[in-house]
Amino acid sequence: MSAQLLQFLFAGLTAGAIYALVALGFSIIYNASQVINFAQGEFVMIGGMATVSFLHLGLPLPLAALAAVAATTLVGLALAKLAIEPARNASVVTLIIITIGASILLRGLATLVWDKNLHPLPAFSGDKPIALDGATLLPQSLWVLGVSLAILGALWWFFNRTLYGKAMLATSHNRLAAQLVGISVRHVLLASFGLSAALGALAGILVAPITFTSWDVGVMLGLKGFAAAILGGLGSGPGAVLGGLMLGLAEALAAGYVSSAYKDAIAFVIILAVLMLMPSGLLGRRAAERV
Amino acid sequence: MLARLRTPRTGGLLALALVVALLPLGLVNNYLYDVAVLVGLNAIVCIGLNLLIGYAGQISLGHAGFFALGGYGSAILAARYGWPPLAALPAAVAGVALLAWLIGRPILRLRGHYLAMATLGMGVIISIVLTTEDRFTGGPDGMSVPPLALFGHALGGERGWYWLVSVLLVGCVWFALNLIESPRGRALRALHGSEIAAEMIGIDSARHKVAAFVLSAVLAAAAGGLTAHYSGFITPGQGSFLRSIELVTMVVFGGMASVFGAVVGAAVLTTLPQLLTVLKDYEMVVFGAVMMFTMIFMPRGIVPSVAALFRRKAAP
Amino acid sequence: MGIKHRFTAVGRSFCLAAAGLALSFAAHAQPPIKIGAFLSVTGPAAFLGDPEQKTLELYVDKINAAGGVLGRKLELVSYDSAGSSEKARTFVKRLIDEDKVDAIVGGSTTGETMAVIPLIEQAQIPFISLAGAVDIVEPVKKWVFKTPATDRMACEKIFADMRTRDISRVGLISGSGGFDKSMRAQCMKVAPRYGIAIVADETYGDKDTDMTAQLTKMRQNTQIQAVLNCGFGQAPAIVTKNFRQIGMTVPLYQSHGVASKVYIQLAGAAANGVRLPAAALLVADELPASDPQKKVVEDYKQAFESHYKQDVATFGGHAYDGLMLITLAMKNAGSTDKAKVRDALEHIHGFMGIDGEFNFSPTDHMGLSLAAFRMLEIKNGDWTLVK
Repeated sequence: MSAQLLQFLFAGLTAGAIYALVALGFSIIYNASQVINFAQGEFVMIGGMATVSFLHLGLPLPLAALAAVAATTLVGLALAKLAIEPARNASVVTLIIITIGASILLRGLATLVWDKNLHPLPAFSGDKPIALDGATLLPQSLWVLGVSLAILGALWWFFNRTLYGKAMLATSHNRLAAQLVGISVRHVLLASFGLSAALGALAGILVAPITFTSWDVGVMLGLKGFAAAILGGLGSGPGAVLGGLMLGLAEALAAGYVSSAYKDAIAFVIILAVLMLMPSGLLGRRAAERV
Repeated sequence: MLARLRTPRTGGLLALALVVALLPLGLVNNYLYDVAVLVGLNAIVCIGLNLLIGYAGQISLGHAGFFALGGYGSAILAARYGWPPLAALPAAVAGVALLAWLIGRPILRLRGHYLAMATLGMGVIISIVLTTEDRFTGGPDGMSVPPLALFGHALGGERGWYWLVSVLLVGCVWFALNLIESPRGRALRALHGSEIAAEMIGIDSARHKVAAFVLSAVLAAAAGGLTAHYSGFITPGQGSFLRSIELVTMVVFGGMASVFGAVVGAAVLTTLPQLLTVLKDYEMVVFGAVMMFTMIFMPRGIVPSVAALFRRKAAP
Repeated sequence: MGIKHRFTAVGRSFCLAAAGLALSFAAHAQPPIKIGAFLSVTGPAAFLGDPEQKTLELYVDKINAAGGVLGRKLELVSYDSAGSSEKARTFVKRLIDEDKVDAIVGGSTTGETMAVIPLIEQAQIPFISLAGAVDIVEPVKKWVFKTPATDRMACEKIFADMRTRDISRVGLISGSGGFDKSMRAQCMKVAPRYGIAIVADETYGDKDTDMTAQLTKMRQNTQIQAVLNCGFGQAPAIVTKNFRQIGMTVPLYQSHGVASKVYIQLAGAAANGVRLPAAALLVADELPASDPQKKVVEDYKQAFESHYKQDVATFGGHAYDGLMLITLAMKNAGSTDKAKVRDALEHIHGFMGIDGEFNFSPTDHMGLSLAAFRMLEIKNGDWTLVK
């Protein structure tokens, strides 16, 4: 395999893993409530920025990261409780607008609590690039890929082996039936937001050493995460991961082999093409419309 | 006679015409006229978008792309090829209509969030092309646009534009209100209720959805072209994803399935940032909070919620 | 009433009248001089607008504390245009029509500046832009001036330095933003004059997070003797990190768009060895005492850093120069009449600002010479002067 192709693959997989994590956040919330949470990108931002703050306060990196994830989870729970729950009977479009308002609010708060500058995070295990077959890989990329895989494993175990996870899955399949067997749909909603917030925060912390973090880093990431979730099929966990990786790879390969100016456009053209052929995404459930 | 005044078509239209005619009494300088013109242009886009979202039940997160294409189309024809703006503008709008028809057929086979994503992708692609093809478009910093000229006189002042845009706005509102009550409009609303049921009674859903899509694209492109000639300038930012979201927000905020809601939404969300500048650093926070609270407490949008309030008070 | 009494009565009323007249004169001198500003404090150019806003606020206060200008206080009316040309236009209309300012300093980005120039010319109000492209003052517009050195000058400075290192084949890498594209175009235009051939031309998106693909292509190109990155914001820092990551060893040049400590913080150790043209502000300590800019630059650095507890950036210096030039012009003209201030601006000679020495003329509304740029190299995480 040529060194150039290998380099592109590494770049694509690293970006793809981040998109996958964000996409998972979208899917989990969608499953629990049919809502598209446009503030998902802001969870990523808060994770990164909060870690920077905690580091400045003197905490060692692992503790700072943990504290940041906890803080972001609280923000996610607050969003669910204060904004989504009161409007739970509104139409889906209204809920989307509420999350858009929330994303603006969170960005505004970020400029007040922190500042408008870019901030780096130290790499988890140093900056020395690893040479592999002519291409170079940052150790941080390995962290991104590794931790993402670990999270996927943990999520699979959670949803398939624990009662709580199964309850959340049940709610996504049939809300009424879940309520009938005693699952508190409200709790599931809260849990889904909390879990997605934690996922977003982790993604933000993992990627900040490579791409820096700032108050508006969530806009682009949220957009790409949403695209990845749709590409893979909204509501499907494996779909979100597949969509994220595909999106990352498409971007990197397009930048390398076609045109770096058009790489985003090419990625979106690919997504549109896939949607034309598979209207519910790669692994999405075929929606059945009842009259 | 009084009963006629209560219907949206006559009463509402009259009220709008009155507001538009009397507003200049409060517009004491060019800046205020400028904001009014921008409100009017946004409202025209929102009326079209509302027909698509509120009545036909589809969604588009890429409509700013049509807006920008209309603007750039007219700008490029006028500035680079020397067309008179009065010819460039309709030509650009016709071009966008064709594009919307070509894209609409395949895209509108998607539903819900997948449709949202497809329109989003379309908008982003348009935005990227406009930014990158700088030989035509002037690149990320945009290009200047010659002013609209009517019979040799350049229409440059804010006041002249205010009257032009007002007339067009009232015309669009009248057109939209009539469309909704027409057989075409009723077919659209049936589609929104249930696509399968509508097809069962013989409505060609694909044709109607595409028609709504093209119509809303035409209105967006027209507004885009007018904005370009009014400002004398256009940038790719006019077609950005954030701008598309802004437009959808105006429609939902003002009230879906309500033509006047579209106008109100555009008015509120265009003037609010100007009012909030006094808050300096807190502007974003307050703006986001206002959006959230309004939607939580008035989930169907401003105009339908207020109308429901009046109806409740009127009923015994 | 005795005569003495009447005199004192008349005297008292006379004094009261005189006092009243004097007070009313003082009241007439009261209305503040309004300086309007529109800056990209948020948005993609917050890098620029934030230090500019802070500088304007700081120095308006300082000038007022020292007595103001022409006996009147200054009032700053500023809006955040967030890098959007549309918002910039609306805010400029607001500044002119509603706030009725006497002069405008602003336009952090070239795009915003170019979009408002027709409004400025129509309203006939003096305007000092804080943006970089040479198109702002070429051709000269009557009411438009600017303070930063142009992107063309940056290219010239860089190419001159490259010649001293025997570099003649250069690879360009630039972003999708207006600044990047403008500087890239200028560099391609002036390269032949310095005997430099551009043998590679890569681009990336401003928000991209990985440029290894483009840089890898450049590494394969053995013709390249140096790489020039025309960019600003977060992307150049990522380019720098990727550059070292894939092991490129040829000299890397950045533009004046990264002239801020944030770039070094973000790029980390990868920034060592990078050269860039920048205003003397960044190496204030290293300037010899005989350097004519030393005092201005050190005073600003000290004032800004002690007040805001953050490092100076050259962008704040543009705003400082803009404000000082406008107030100097007002003092020279003896009034705030827009036409007189504009004429006074055009005749300013030898004003030592942070960007350099300004010498305006009817044909030169930028006022700086190539000497305004110094060549800097980053060593051990800090700026040093290349002798």
